[in-house]
Amino acid sequence: MLLEDKDRIFTNLYGYHPWNLEGARARGDWDNTKALIELGREKIVEEMKASGLRGRGGAGFPTGMKWSFMPKATSPDRPSYLVVNADESEPGTCKDREIMRNDPHKLIEGCLLACVGMGAVAAYIYIRGEYRLEYRVLEAAVKEAYEAGLIGKNACKSGYDCDVYIHHGAGAYICGEETALLESLEGKKGQPRLKPPFPAMAGLYGCPTTVNNVESIAVAPTILRRGAAWFSSFGRENNAGTKVFCISGHVNKPCNVEEALSIPMKELLEKQCGGVRGGWDNLLAVIPGGSSVPLLPKDICDDVLMDFDALKEHKSGLGTAAVIVMDKSTDIIKAIARLSYFYKHESCGQCTPCREGTGWMWRVMERLVRGEAEEAEIDMLIEVSKQIEGHTICALGDAAAWPVQGLVRHFRDEIVARIRNRKSVSMSGTSGPGQQVAAE
Amino acid sequence: MSAETFEFTGEFLAEAERNIAKYPYERRQSAVLALLFQAQEQNHEGGHYVTEAAMRKIAEMLDMPYIRVMEVASFFTMVNLKPVGLFHVQLCGTTPCMLRGAEALMEAVAEKFGIGHGQTTEDGMFTLTEVECLGACCNAPMVQINDDYYEDLTPETLISVMETLKGGGEAKIGSQIGRVTSEPEGGPLTLTTGPAPQTADAPNAPSMTSGGGN
Repeated sequence: MLLEDKDRIFTNLYGYHPWNLEGARARGDWDNTKALIELGREKIVEEMKASGLRGRGGAGFPTGMKWSFMPKATSPDRPSYLVVNADESEPGTCKDREIMRNDPHKLIEGCLLACVGMGAVAAYIYIRGEYRLEYRVLEAAVKEAYEAGLIGKNACKSGYDCDVYIHHGAGAYICGEETALLESLEGKKGQPRLKPPFPAMAGLYGCPTTVNNVESIAVAPTILRRGAAWFSSFGRENNAGTKVFCISGHVNKPCNVEEALSIPMKELLEKQCGGVRGGWDNLLAVIPGGSSVPLLPKDICDDVLMDFDALKEHKSGLGTAAVIVMDKSTDIIKAIARLSYFYKHESCGQCTPCREGTGWMWRVMERLVRGEAEEAEIDMLIEVSKQIEGHTICALGDAAAWPVQGLVRHFRDEIVARIRNRKSVSMSGTSGPGQQVAAE
Repeated sequence: MSAETFEFTGEFLAEAERNIAKYPYERRQSAVLALLFQAQEQNHEGGHYVTEAAMRKIAEMLDMPYIRVMEVASFFTMVNLKPVGLFHVQLCGTTPCMLRGAEALMEAVAEKFGIGHGQTTEDGMFTLTEVECLGACCNAPMVQINDDYYEDLTPETLISVMETLKGGGEAKIGSQIGRVTSEPEGGPLTLTTGPAPQTADAPNAPSMTSGGGN
């Protein structure tokens, strides 16, 4: 059963109404926020934990637990910070953009409540540089919130002081990695830090910091208003709540849509996105959670549920819930090779396995697209991907390895066929029907 | 603007100062990206890039070594270290856009304006850059031209947008097929009831930048 409108959090997801404070208030934002602040730090964290909310930026770490890691006692020279990761750049993902340009006050109110929940004095929202419109909207919404006394000194007349600042990036995927983001926020190039220390101990400016995704923060006010039990009533156990899904690629009506977690993938695509182009049987594969997660072939898509655990069972993941749909017209090897190019382009160069490995994988992938390879190279490719995976400071190396591994896992026959075709064509020295197959 | 000297002026200076104030004074280096961005904006007519003089000025303003500013500037794709055309067409080529026709857009621009990735038209009007995912995948394929996103493109609509801009006109930003944002084509299937129905007869629909009260 689909989610009902009354249970949707992002009621202005499509921006049919003004994003401004007046519009936000009409939708229920900033409604007696003071009472929520007065719940106090412990109660807020308790409620967030009970809601079962898992981070919406990809890793799926329980948000309430993350907040609870922040130190209880801080000193003025070492304050605690909230940093919101709005550097949305995982290919396929475009949900935070809609939250920021259409419902910015949900995010700002969420910043305030999260700061209370972790004893932070300020929130920095790190937004990707290309989102110019969204940056301007957020800046204007923050200004409105200051002028209305909702944030800043004595926020919402609660006695709590909390500042919110917008910081923009400049086009580096790696800055979506939390410690690279912190480096960039400090004015350095965005290269990830070794952990430990974890940001909750030493993050921004060496101070205790929690980095959360936009959506995780923006749902917090509604969770606190409607209660943990309401939120956790959606989705299967351990996969609670509603989620904005971004469906792109070969569906008739690509869109963002908020649905309950654990919705069957088929239902999501058929009911909310006008179905797969050419019908369900024309489906080839789906990347269910942004470019980093391994693809799933149609037979798994037939009945898989869209949540953390179900997708993990199939060696993929929910990631950011960016669903990239590919129909049978897709050159699947080329589609994944383009992702390999993406990771090569975005590797920060700090760790050798990633710096060298992403380029190596991309070059092999390009040859596989044309079939100019030996069959033994397929296993070599997997071997190299394993040398990258788990051997780098951050998860970009893993993210580069997984799509390639997923491709070989499910489409090895296709790769082999292309290599054999190429060989038979070059042996015969003519272009025969084999090339037709290779071009498909 | 001379390439040998650089000073922030007017709105760009104000914006630079406003950004520096966002961080604790001793942490003002945090504003380096914002200042690089403002320097580039201020130099829009001169090629929309950051000069060495600008980087030296930023280093002085933020009390950091010049090489650290350079290091940041060369790390991020949005900081141009060489001039670009008056309109910088950044065409997303990553898989979600590729699946919906980004390659045909590249070909159309090459055919119409004679430029490929990294090239600028002879009249200095357009630079074409194939970029990585711009985060508008539900409206693919798309390009960013200077500050603005143009979405749901076909080769024809992209060329039409570029010709309008070239002629000094204002092209409609956002979706080129009449979507407000990223709702399904033809209108929302959800959020049709509730406090803010996302339907065609919604009081303020549709305007992508409708902010009201500011």
